[in-house]
Amino acid sequence: MELTTVWFVLIAFLWIGYFVLEGFDFGVGILLRVLGRDEPERRALVTTIGPVWDGNEVWLIVAAGATFAAFPEWYATLFSGFYLPLFAILVALIVRGVALEYRGKRDDLPWRSRMDTMIAVGSLLPALLWGITFANLLRGVPLDASYEYVGSLGDLLSPFALLGGLTFTAVFVAHGAIFLALRTTDELRDRANRMAGLSGLVAAILAGGFLAWAQQIRGDRWSLLIAGLAVLSLLGGLVANRFRREGWAFAGTALAIALAVTSLFVAMFPAVMPSTLDPESTLTTVAAASTPYTLKILTVIAAIFTPLVMLYQGWTYWVFRKRVMVEPPVAVPSGAGS
Amino acid sequence: MDTLDLARWQFAITTVYHFFFVPVTISLVAITAGLQTAWYRTGKDKYLRLTKFYGKLFLINIAMGVVTGLVQEFQFGMNWSDYSRFVGDVFGAPLALEGLLAFFVESTFIGLWIFGWDRLPKKVHLACIWMVVLGTQLSAYFILAANSWMQNPVGFRYNAERGRAELTDIWAVLTNKVVLVTFPHTIFAAFMVGGAFVAGVAIWHLVRRPGVDTGAFRTALRLGAVIVVVAGAGVALSGDQQGKVMTEVQPMKMAAAEALYESEKPASFSVFTIGTLDGSREIFSVKVPYLLSFLATGHFDSEVQGINNLQQAYEKLYGPGSYNPNVPLTYWTFRLMIGVGMAAVGLAVLLLWLTRRGREPHRLLIWLALPLPLLPLVANVFGWVFTETGRQPWLVFGLLPTSAGVSPGTTSGEVLTSLLGFTLLYGVLAVVEVKLMFKSIRAGLPGAAGTPGDPTRPDSGDDGSAEAEADAKPLSFAY
Repeated sequence: MELTTVWFVLIAFLWIGYFVLEGFDFGVGILLRVLGRDEPERRALVTTIGPVWDGNEVWLIVAAGATFAAFPEWYATLFSGFYLPLFAILVALIVRGVALEYRGKRDDLPWRSRMDTMIAVGSLLPALLWGITFANLLRGVPLDASYEYVGSLGDLLSPFALLGGLTFTAVFVAHGAIFLALRTTDELRDRANRMAGLSGLVAAILAGGFLAWAQQIRGDRWSLLIAGLAVLSLLGGLVANRFRREGWAFAGTALAIALAVTSLFVAMFPAVMPSTLDPESTLTTVAAASTPYTLKILTVIAAIFTPLVMLYQGWTYWVFRKRVMVEPPVAVPSGAGS
Repeated sequence: MDTLDLARWQFAITTVYHFFFVPVTISLVAITAGLQTAWYRTGKDKYLRLTKFYGKLFLINIAMGVVTGLVQEFQFGMNWSDYSRFVGDVFGAPLALEGLLAFFVESTFIGLWIFGWDRLPKKVHLACIWMVVLGTQLSAYFILAANSWMQNPVGFRYNAERGRAELTDIWAVLTNKVVLVTFPHTIFAAFMVGGAFVAGVAIWHLVRRPGVDTGAFRTALRLGAVIVVVAGAGVALSGDQQGKVMTEVQPMKMAAAEALYESEKPASFSVFTIGTLDGSREIFSVKVPYLLSFLATGHFDSEVQGINNLQQAYEKLYGPGSYNPNVPLTYWTFRLMIGVGMAAVGLAVLLLWLTRRGREPHRLLIWLALPLPLLPLVANVFGWVFTETGRQPWLVFGLLPTSAGVSPGTTSGEVLTSLLGFTLLYGVLAVVEVKLMFKSIRAGLPGAAGTPGDPTRPDSGDDGSAEAEADAKPLSFAY
């Protein structure tokens, strides 16, 4: 395999890792105020992702950094072209990260309630915007001959892109609900289970429609096959959820996200940024890539350290495998800490 | 203002802001790890409580460092896409290394450390915080290697056809002589901030809460002050080396740092100047003869090149244009970096003297609690402003002018939107962060493990003990 292709696969892998992992903590964030009815419950919900969300987010940083290193043209065109959506994603992720870390550092209810709202909004917005971004990546955007984005913000908000945003959001909500059913107990667990069934159904319908539309725009039989398998995995996860097999259900949605993102990348290849203006100005892996020397070094580093990262991140999930219980409040509520 | 100016302001604001949290993170995590190691070794309760206390302050700080770091990873592509195209082949590699080797380690092991107090064996839990220390050091090294390449490009060839720099020797990039001196300088400077922070917080407690946890805070005060002094010496020594390397690879930066227009042999160092720094007239200046020659080359009588001579040489080399950085800015930030940093070391020495052999700190010393950590932090910022503006008009020295790096397709409206958005958000977050930091500092040491609340606390009413009890439980310690 060409090194440029290897790196296309690796970048796809990093995005898959990001969406599978941060997907459920986005879902937990969005559902925080829906499933958690009081402070101890919401605290339990946040605790399920507490030790891992930051590590999940690093997949995004590494995906961006690896794109910069392996495909500088792709990084440059994507990040400058999708300027305002990415700015909004950054603002949301900043607000969310601060809220996740600071909510428990004060013992007063209004503070925690404000932080919970920030977590919810900061999770919803990126889910929606990543969907819009990836739909646009696949659909193609106006690029000129020097691979410069020449469209406006309006070009990024086509119906297909908006459907992409809704699909990502719904899938992450279902994925997050299943994660919560897997990681909590008693009533929270039941509530999460019901939410997973409901949101999963919506997610399956949206994902089916979005992936079918995506195939219309671009794709081959491989991307079609993988997209089909993605929908099947999602449905399989929902069936498992119905029978309260939470581990299988989580595996189902995780696999569904991985396959869906794979099908988008397979459909795009060898383009990384298709142009809607002129096929000549479509940015491809080869045109976007760094030199073979740089790619070779990056490959050696990635081959050694990616498995290592997966190993110790996996270990974290093992350490915190115990279900989180709702604990009664320890402090006098409201104003005690001020 | 056009897109270029806006993009430069945005980079300056977001990066300086990000760097408020970086030195605190680098040093405070190591000091926390040291305290936890002391507890592991000696079993003394005060070390555990100091670990949790300073560990919590570290977590409040790093949360901001992490989220503002996201912006760093994105904005090269957003505002500086032509720069990204030009340097990606070289610059991307250390950046990707930083993500893969450092960020994953930091984020994962911080989670394990926060939540692992009762899940992991003591030894493994201690190893987790040391892994975070390792991550921060690696991260610093890789990002400084990338920055050093912009100061002194090595290990590459210029591909005229693609119009970009291409990596030919990764080892040369990672052992760039600039990074070899910049890394220790930055790390020592970071430890000055962390040491001063630990000592400053301790003074506040010793003066404001006499009799409460005096032993523990006295340890923290002395430890913090010693760190400032030792790190200060490291900063001076590494800075001296750095000056010599800078004179060699970026003589213009050294000339601008001194506002030295005509070459001098031997050159004197001006401590400060009243008047304009444009070379036309100098009203009053205090000078130390021979010193600049020594700082720049290590010899008291060698020649130091002036701005005018270098300008002529660069015009021959790179074509017509101005190759001067902003001289007053470079001149003053260089002096302020040194002066403010030295003041911090002076305060730390004073503090050690005044608290020698068990002496209790005088109540007036509380006036040092805030300036002590702020001085080295400000010195750090002056240092960065100096080194980055001193590189101008180049983005990559000798290769890519700053004006050629900005995103060609991005509108000034977009850049202005994000500039205002980030500035506003960062302003609000600064207030939230500082308030939370002060609140957590005031709360004092948490109760020891197993003993809810500290009986010696005079304000250990219902609220206090509830909070202390919460702090004693592993999960509530952080979330």
